Amino acid sequence: MTTAGSPAVATNVGRPILGGRRFSLDWVGVVPFLGYAALFLILPSAIVALGAFFDANNAFTLDNFAHLSRSYIVKSTIDTTFVSAVTAVLGAALGALLAYAIVTGSPTGLLRRMVVSASGVLAQFGGVTLAFAFIASIGPAGFVYLFAQSHGIDYYGHGIWLFDIPGLNLVYLYFQIPLMVLVFLPALDGIKPQWREATESLGGNTWHYWRHVAGPLLFPAFLGGLLLLFANSFSAYATANALINQGQPMLSQQIAGALSSEVGAYEPGFAKAIAVEMIVIVTLVTVLYTLLQQRTARWL
Amino acid sequence: MRWGSPTRHLGLAVVAMFVVAACGSSNSGGSASCSESQAKTATSASACGGMSALVAAAKAEGKLNVIALPRDWANYGKELDTFHSMYGIDITSDNPDGSSQQEVDAIKQLGGTSRGPDVVDVGMAVALANTSLFTPYKVATWDDILAGQKESTGLWFQDYGGFMSVGYDSAKVPAITSLDDLLMPAYRGKVALNGNPKQANAALNGVMMASLAEGGSLDDISKGVDFFHRLKQAGTFVPVQATTATVKNGTTPVVFDWDYLSAAHGKDVPGWKVFVPANAVLGGYYAQAISKTAPHPAAARLWEEFLYSDQGQNIWLQGLARPVRQAAMQTSGKIDAAAAAALPPVNGTPQFLSPDQATAAKNYVVAHWDAAIS
Repeated sequence: MTTAGSPAVATNVGRPILGGRRFSLDWVGVVPFLGYAALFLILPSAIVALGAFFDANNAFTLDNFAHLSRSYIVKSTIDTTFVSAVTAVLGAALGALLAYAIVTGSPTGLLRRMVVSASGVLAQFGGVTLAFAFIASIGPAGFVYLFAQSHGIDYYGHGIWLFDIPGLNLVYLYFQIPLMVLVFLPALDGIKPQWREATESLGGNTWHYWRHVAGPLLFPAFLGGLLLLFANSFSAYATANALINQGQPMLSQQIAGALSSEVGAYEPGFAKAIAVEMIVIVTLVTVLYTLLQQRTARWL
Repeated sequence: MRWGSPTRHLGLAVVAMFVVAACGSSNSGGSASCSESQAKTATSASACGGMSALVAAAKAEGKLNVIALPRDWANYGKELDTFHSMYGIDITSDNPDGSSQQEVDAIKQLGGTSRGPDVVDVGMAVALANTSLFTPYKVATWDDILAGQKESTGLWFQDYGGFMSVGYDSAKVPAITSLDDLLMPAYRGKVALNGNPKQANAALNGVMMASLAEGGSLDDISKGVDFFHRLKQAGTFVPVQATTATVKNGTTPVVFDWDYLSAAHGKDVPGWKVFVPANAVLGGYYAQAISKTAPHPAAARLWEEFLYSDQGQNIWLQGLARPVRQAAMQTSGKIDAAAAAALPPVNGTPQFLSPDQATAAKNYVVAHWDAAIS
């Protein structure tokens, strides 16, 4: 790291190497980050991955991974991926539109400041509080539903979808859209009005501008936001658990079930195997993202 | 560093001697003392020099660590406050909404440190699976506990319990006279369980109770899973977790839960009623156990003595939980009669799951529950 890395680093910062071979200390700056990542990302992942190979009595086993084929885990995998994909795509699209709407306004205007600070709060507003906010408002005993019902509208006529996958999608969007606004706004701010003027002076129309200038510039940032949103809902737990306690559609709930069962279904190794499955899925999505990113950013 | 004058040294030495002497005198009280090592292994109050010695030792420790005791569960708030004011022992109440599994996990992870739990209050499945973490102790009122409700050496002993019931808001739904009523359209989107039966003891017993009412037996929970499957198809079952909040706001006006927890909803919902089907009286008790690695061994034992005294038992009863010494206290006349009269009425013969039956029920539910209700 030190000797091998130093010429590249030194070249990068455009500094001549003084006195031939010598140690560069440039890498010192990154040590806290690497230490942090090792302690809070790599080490826990390694512990989880290793633990997945042991049963409750600390004997080596592969059963934990074989159990991933249980029908309810397969179903949870599909449901979790579906909810994450739907809320990521919708959240990214709606969030990007909202961010664009803000950017076209005054950069110091009241609307922008309000939306940005509201997004900052709402992006973190998840969990039991958020679930109960929906239950108390549009839930089957909520004031919105009772009001609608008294006016002849029964939006739960075909079942209480709030406590099902569609409900999860709706509630998750409540924190997904603001998160997208937060991460996409800086990218939009980087787009200069002069580029549009340049396009127009070269004879391009709005379609050309979006297709050949703004679109390709923004697409990598959009993809990045999409990935973040996917991972965000993929790992969410408390919101789903408060809304759908039975059937446990989310993998995070299945992990909690295997870890905290007081009726004897205590399978810590299996819980870790589910966690490994989640890591694998997110890794696959990330690889996909990187490939796409490389393609779209090639010309930049 | 410079040391102070010789007189100050002398003063410190005198103080130190007094401290040592004070400790010595409290320990040299003959039989009426309980040293830390004695307290750690004492299997009864008399093994620790009697009640007054146990009290003195517990007061000297000055602290007690409890875990997973919600203040509104079985009147635990009053138990904690009364114990604190009687003995002046500070109580650290960790993770009040935790599960039984999390209680024993805390012993495993924190045992031996000053933060480890001293005592636990756990469901029977967890108690039976973790006896190696407990130390045996017999409270003074040990003989009042039926043989089937305690481990013979005192590794665990049941504390309070009740019967599985269906609680409902009589202002929102028609009166329930049998479980089959719940299939009717009047209950659409209104029936919930207290927790997930794969995880929560109360919910697993809810499914078992439905099984008993629908022709199953303690050995066969499948009828209960079928029953909830039919509820789901009829559109009356909601998968939301029933909590005090969802009961209060009316989202879950019908809840399967222990009668003592359900009856407590009457405080928030005036029309709340509790129904126990006569053909499915399923009892369930929790158990106390003292951690082998309790950081405050004397206080832990004193806490158990307090809980199993007439006073501690009556406090549970006032929270609508049926204390394990209820029958004995009814005979001795020490029971809080008003509190006993407030319990939901139960007709029929109570049934109790054996550990093997509970395991079989759990295995069936883990394999079939998610498919049945989604």
